[in-house]
Amino acid sequence: MSAAPVEAVVIGASAGAVQALSIILPALPSDYRLPVLIVVHVPPDRRNALAELFQTKCQVRVREAEDKEPIEPGVVYFAPPDYHLLVEDDRSLALSTEEPVLHSRPSIDVLFESAAEAFGPALVGVMLSGANHDGARGLRAVAAAGGVAVVEEPTTAFASAMPEAALAACEAARVMSLDAIASFLLQLADE
Amino acid sequence: MDEIEDLEIRLLLEALYQRYHYDFRHYARASVKRRLRQARQQLGYPSFSAMQDALFRDPIMLSRLLDFLTVQVSEMFRDPSYFRAIREKVTPHLRTYPSLKVWIAGCSTGEELYSFVILFREEGLEERTIFYATDINPTALDAAARGIYPIQRLKAFTENHQRSGGKSSLSDYYSTAYGGAVFDKSLRDRVVFSDHSLVTDAVFAEMQLISCRNVLIYFDRPLQDRAVGLFRDSLARKGFLGLGSKESLRFSTHGQAFADFDRDEKIYQKQEP
Repeated sequence: MSAAPVEAVVIGASAGAVQALSIILPALPSDYRLPVLIVVHVPPDRRNALAELFQTKCQVRVREAEDKEPIEPGVVYFAPPDYHLLVEDDRSLALSTEEPVLHSRPSIDVLFESAAEAFGPALVGVMLSGANHDGARGLRAVAAAGGVAVVEEPTTAFASAMPEAALAACEAARVMSLDAIASFLLQLADE
Repeated sequence: MDEIEDLEIRLLLEALYQRYHYDFRHYARASVKRRLRQARQQLGYPSFSAMQDALFRDPIMLSRLLDFLTVQVSEMFRDPSYFRAIREKVTPHLRTYPSLKVWIAGCSTGEELYSFVILFREEGLEERTIFYATDINPTALDAAARGIYPIQRLKAFTENHQRSGGKSSLSDYYSTAYGGAVFDKSLRDRVVFSDHSLVTDAVFAEMQLISCRNVLIYFDRPLQDRAVGLFRDSLARKGFLGLGSKESLRFSTHGQAFADFDRDEKIYQKQEP
């Protein structure tokens, strides 16, 4: 367990994201303490479908991230389609249209690396199902800054490539089932 | 260690300003940091201090660095619904003016500019319009003035154009040569290209429409306020301002100078005080 109390959670997912997040996010209670920032690879269509979908399934507030918005505790933020989501050092959100990273915009690496700088050891990074390698570098950055790295068990993940790449890049990562990740996030907020 | 890097970056941005008058000091820092790190890595400098040293002595470094700090690859008719709203909702107002000035602020390599010129030609407004295309990066402005894009990008441009309500075929406006799509030079007859900074420069003409998309997200709040103030002062009475799909005037100190015209498409109209 990290020494610093956790202040934020970042999650990255691609293929199989909706199924995986449907186990984790609805488990968070309405008074959940931590902000949760999420990048899911989605087609660059403008509709804010993920936030709307999870808003109806969750007790916590779910929103699409806006540029310059201060991060609020207990809110789940999704990166908008076709924009990178970053965290500034003052812990506000920033969007950018910089070039895609590993063919992805939003990119998990971009969110995780900037969040690792802003939150240092007070961050938990969670890598879920996906079929590419985005997020591996980012998760390593989370661990290098002293944060906690978590990876979904690849053998039971919908797509194993992303959790496997994350594990290969970040040996310190703990491997957990989706249910275990859900209870881990609950327990973190109680500390 | 990170504190030293932060300090080096602040000094580098200060050097860029003091030496060359390019002011990135109030750009949103997380994104600037990312791009400067890419620059340092790809240009092969051991530290930002070493890069700063090179910047002082070698003007070539300036254009290299600017390319990392500024160039945003866009698409023609990016966000087709925005251009559809311009076409269907804004042009009926513009039609009532005998002459028009349109400012594409932060035009980068010109994709948005050509989209507007083609749209105005389709709507019969091109001949009464002067387009101002401005950017701080001279390399990007040159590319915009050439109007040549890799042929493999044309499929997306064409689809976007159709979805924006395009009344002609995009292929009417370009010819292909050497793997590039060369846009017709007549599209530039009514365009003035100019080096202009939203950070340090002033009002230069009175506009009926300003389109500035995905530029303000790179600015911090005070700099956003400066740019929005500049847009307000540059717009004619009831002039229009179009922003990127994730930008808004909600947090701007000049927000009250504008009314929502199309909320979903982030198109605003200047209102009288």
